Amino acid sequence: MWSLSDITNSIQNALNRAFNPTFATLTEMVIVGICVIGLFAVLGLILVIMERKVSAYMQVRLGPNRVGPKGMLQSLADTLKLLLKEGLTPDGADKFLFNLAPVIAMIAAMLLLAPIAFAKNFQIWDINIGVLFISAVSSISVISILMAGWASNNKYSLLGAMRSGAQIVSYELSAGLSVLSVVILVGSLKLSDIVQSQENGWWIFKGHIPMIISFVIFLVAVTAETNRAPFDLAEAESELTAGFHTEYSGMKFALFFLAEYVNVFIVCGVGATLFLGGWMPLHIGNWHGFNHVMDFIPSSIWFFGKTFFLIFVIMWFRWTFPRLRIDQLLNLEWKYLLPISMFNILLVTLMAIMGWHF
Amino acid sequence: MFLKDYIKDVFGAVKSLLIGMRRTGYYFTHHKEIITQQYPDNRDTLVLPERFRGEVVMPHDEKNEHRCTGCTACELACPNGTIKVITKFDITPEGKKKKAIDKLVYHLELCTMCNLCIEACPSDAIKMAQNFEHSVFDRSQLTKVLNKPGSKIMDGVE
Repeated sequence: MWSLSDITNSIQNALNRAFNPTFATLTEMVIVGICVIGLFAVLGLILVIMERKVSAYMQVRLGPNRVGPKGMLQSLADTLKLLLKEGLTPDGADKFLFNLAPVIAMIAAMLLLAPIAFAKNFQIWDINIGVLFISAVSSISVISILMAGWASNNKYSLLGAMRSGAQIVSYELSAGLSVLSVVILVGSLKLSDIVQSQENGWWIFKGHIPMIISFVIFLVAVTAETNRAPFDLAEAESELTAGFHTEYSGMKFALFFLAEYVNVFIVCGVGATLFLGGWMPLHIGNWHGFNHVMDFIPSSIWFFGKTFFLIFVIMWFRWTFPRLRIDQLLNLEWKYLLPISMFNILLVTLMAIMGWHF
Repeated sequence: MFLKDYIKDVFGAVKSLLIGMRRTGYYFTHHKEIITQQYPDNRDTLVLPERFRGEVVMPHDEKNEHRCTGCTACELACPNGTIKVITKFDITPEGKKKKAIDKLVYHLELCTMCNLCIEACPSDAIKMAQNFEHSVFDRSQLTKVLNKPGSKIMDGVE
């Protein structure tokens, strides 16, 4: 059957036949790089129009509906506009850091794509500490935000960046603990192992209530980590004009914007991999007929379907809940999410030792 | 007890958040609730809400009669001098003098559509119209006389 892994295998074989192994590996790296950049561009366009349409329908509006069929080309037109705009650097800014920050935001987002399994046997880098890699690299993005806020020489930017720092340092904890609960049950940090362990049912179903709790905590924590409403204190429009990217314009602003959306995609992809089985089709215990039917749906569709469902949930959060104040934000993390996830991880450990999960 | 309150807090918070999400989820799936009017496109079929406040008008019936007694309550109620009531004295058939309006001058360019004149009117003589395309090329056209020429007060309105 036609699949993404067949394509990659045939490319690999062709390259190895044509060139020596070193050059073949280099060519593969270039191809992967181009694919990642292409995926970024497409994801940016799709997620922006999706966000605008979802927000419009949730606010009883129509949303963009002039450019292209039903307004679907609106984000393309916006990108064109941003490309043509001047990328201004303020006089008082630290020019080197100011120009470096959006690139770092982008690179952090790109690095995170490496260990994600997009389909069956279709993964850029199946590193054996995949989960650790993700949680380590995802906190690099805060450096770019701090850098942008500091280099802008603007009080709003600095305030936004500092808030973002406090926020990510706090929420990294409960995100890590909720990810850990899956790692405890699987016994491996490798993402392909984690997906494989969900062959007979996804962890959110197999793990009873503790897994549901850690899934909810994971969703809340990653919403905070990607600086999205209701945790968008870093760029709170009504308080800080635009927070850390107040001074950015043109393509540099677009890079930040794109990095935010790609980060949302990545954390949702990780959530789908850990809790909803990644590319694994929906299998229910011993219902062989049902499982067989589900296997016919390609694995890439399963992965992207789950990821976009989670993205929709996060957008749903954004357009429903009001923004938290900074003290409420820290209260929520340190007084509620962290104790609950610590208690939860004890329950999961007990469950793993006693073998109570399916 | 501390732990009981804590758990109650968490459950209450989750419940109220879910209620909010149910509301937005309802709007997301029910597109008939959308209130956006695509104005210049649907100009012919545009339906405005009943309470929309466009401009002050004085309804006349088919016999060219209005309900305005010339009491100047609207002029007194107006916070920025939009309405000027110019009164005259009619001679009734019995030979008595009766106060009536000569002109009710309405300055649209001064009006903020605050609705206070309509609430002040004791005889429901004026109301808010639903048109909003007020732009004209000369501002003198914004000064309007609300009662039609030759109109008189309806019988039975005191």
